[in-house]
Amino acid sequence: MSERATVLARTISTPVLLIGMLLLVALAALAVGSGPFNQTVIEIFIRVVLVVGLYVFIGNSGVISFGHIGFACLGAYMTAWLTALPAIKKKYTGLPDIVLTSKLHFSLGLIAALVLAAICAHVVARVLMRLSGIAASIATFAVLAFIIQVYSNWTSVTGAQMSFVGIPIVRSIWPYLICAILTVIVAYAHSISRSGLALRAARDEATAAAASGVDITRERVIAFTLSGAMMGLGGAMFAHSVGVVTPDTFYLALTFTTLSMLVVGGMNSLSGAVLGVVVLSAIIQVLRWLEKGVDLGGATFSIPLGLQEIGIGAVMIIILLFRPTGLTRNQELVWSRWPFDKLSGRNDAAGLKK
Amino acid sequence: MLEYLQIFIDALNLGSIYALCALGIALIFGVMRLVNFAHGDLIAFCVFAMLWPSVDAAAIVFAGQLPFWLLIPFLLAVGAGLAVLLEIVVFRRFRNANPATMMIASFALGFIIKYFLLMLFSSRPKSIGLWPGLGQQFEFAGLRIQYLPIVNICITVLVLAVLTLFLKRTRYGLEMRAAAENFTMARMLGVRANHVIMLAFAMSGMLAAVVGMILAAQTGTADIQMGASVMLVAFIATVIGGLGSLPGAVIAGFLIGLISTFMQAKLPVDARPFRDAFVYAAVIFSLVWRPNGLFAPKSAKQRV
Repeated sequence: MSERATVLARTISTPVLLIGMLLLVALAALAVGSGPFNQTVIEIFIRVVLVVGLYVFIGNSGVISFGHIGFACLGAYMTAWLTALPAIKKKYTGLPDIVLTSKLHFSLGLIAALVLAAICAHVVARVLMRLSGIAASIATFAVLAFIIQVYSNWTSVTGAQMSFVGIPIVRSIWPYLICAILTVIVAYAHSISRSGLALRAARDEATAAAASGVDITRERVIAFTLSGAMMGLGGAMFAHSVGVVTPDTFYLALTFTTLSMLVVGGMNSLSGAVLGVVVLSAIIQVLRWLEKGVDLGGATFSIPLGLQEIGIGAVMIIILLFRPTGLTRNQELVWSRWPFDKLSGRNDAAGLKK
Repeated sequence: MLEYLQIFIDALNLGSIYALCALGIALIFGVMRLVNFAHGDLIAFCVFAMLWPSVDAAAIVFAGQLPFWLLIPFLLAVGAGLAVLLEIVVFRRFRNANPATMMIASFALGFIIKYFLLMLFSSRPKSIGLWPGLGQQFEFAGLRIQYLPIVNICITVLVLAVLTLFLKRTRYGLEMRAAAENFTMARMLGVRANHVIMLAFAMSGMLAAVVGMILAAQTGTADIQMGASVMLVAFIATVIGGLGSLPGAVIAGFLIGLISTFMQAKLPVDARPFRDAFVYAAVIFSLVWRPNGLFAPKSAKQRV
């Protein structure tokens, strides 16, 4: 058996479990069958794509990026331009004619969003990936701010601060589920690929990895491009889930929500990314219900407005207090082992020592 | 010539806000490598401490009615108190966690503070007339200048001078600089970690209060978002200045203020909406050119 096949055999249970978890969420949506809950499940799938996208770069490289949501913004606008009705788009005079007169299916919009985000992420990575540590983080934040500033002032192309309305809304959960599953599979494939392994080696021991012939910059560029593409896809999915985009949607609030999910789940593992989304989304949902009021034996019990966010903040702090490395302790979910049980020393997908 | 003098004053005014805020972030980063995202909300909290809780559009000014010689110490105490409280209740427990975890925890704390204010005051900006006398103008060399920017700049210079004296001339200042240079070594040589870190938080909180007062006097409003944008720019300033370098943070803060004001005045009208985009592009350029910051301290250099 070749070495690659061994790695695959040893770690394949992780993506299988994660996909199983996503399928369960989808089944829950089918079972409940209500519109608002459907929308919640779609939100979860979008966040899975975004947070797994973050993981591909942040988790594997150890460099925190604040800029990835910018690529989601690029993706969202790309699909908006391509898939909205020509009658709606005609006020965006800065767009090329061919875009103004045509209307594509949303799946093509998603692909175009992915490609655009990948290209932009690649260019950004080429420039920035020589940096590391906090300088790289701030530089990526500057990229985010740059993208948002341009999009919120480029009146003829994005409508500036005005919302871009009229993007076709996709209400079925299946396209979102498929995208989420594909993202998990690609992220898994990257993490056990030669490039992913090299990048994680560089994250854990930069000097030793470089001495062993790992070209850190190159591996980071690959991961950054891949994760940028996923963010573009996630942004486009977001656009189709609500039908409206504004540049502000993709700024700090979403950046921190997604980053929090990644860190709470366990920043260095794919399982952490997915689990963080599912757990925090579930908590948010419960608090939303509580805010609306719950019927407890005749008496309606509800929490005051604003307490929902305070509750989320408090839960995050408590989780991090007890598990500073996230819910999964930076380990992958593996078959017959649950992350909450005692784990053996085996760390990542490839059994890299911590 | 006169025009440039005006731009210069505006730049110093904006830069002084960024510099003070950057200093508050750099102080804490220096001693515990914490990127404190709650700083912006700390600023907002200090501003709202002047008001009595209400969700009406009109603010009920409460503590804000105190004469300034009582109000200023009061707000400084509020800022320092809240910052120290955050340290004792939360950050102390994260001291051994990795920077990403601490950062997200600080962000979550900021989130809590923000929504706490939102519960008490609602999200509507409120107008508060803080020291209206400062809005008046005077003539100087044919230029009409408001008192406020001048007062701001003077306050900033004063704060910087006091802080420099404190850091260079007192025992606590020495301990703090030692801790920022090499925390483990400083502890081994008898610097008490808790004291230094609490002191850093208290000073950072006071700086947040100063920034809050300046912002409130300048805009005349209290808004729960008011600290956030300043904090982000200040955060960038601390990195460009070289993390861990206090003078670097201050200089970079002024530099960003200068670039921003100058672009606002001198860019062609078509490009003016993109001013901030140009500023951020300059930030990216500066980081690629000098990844360790423009004024990196020796200790920031990576050792292999």
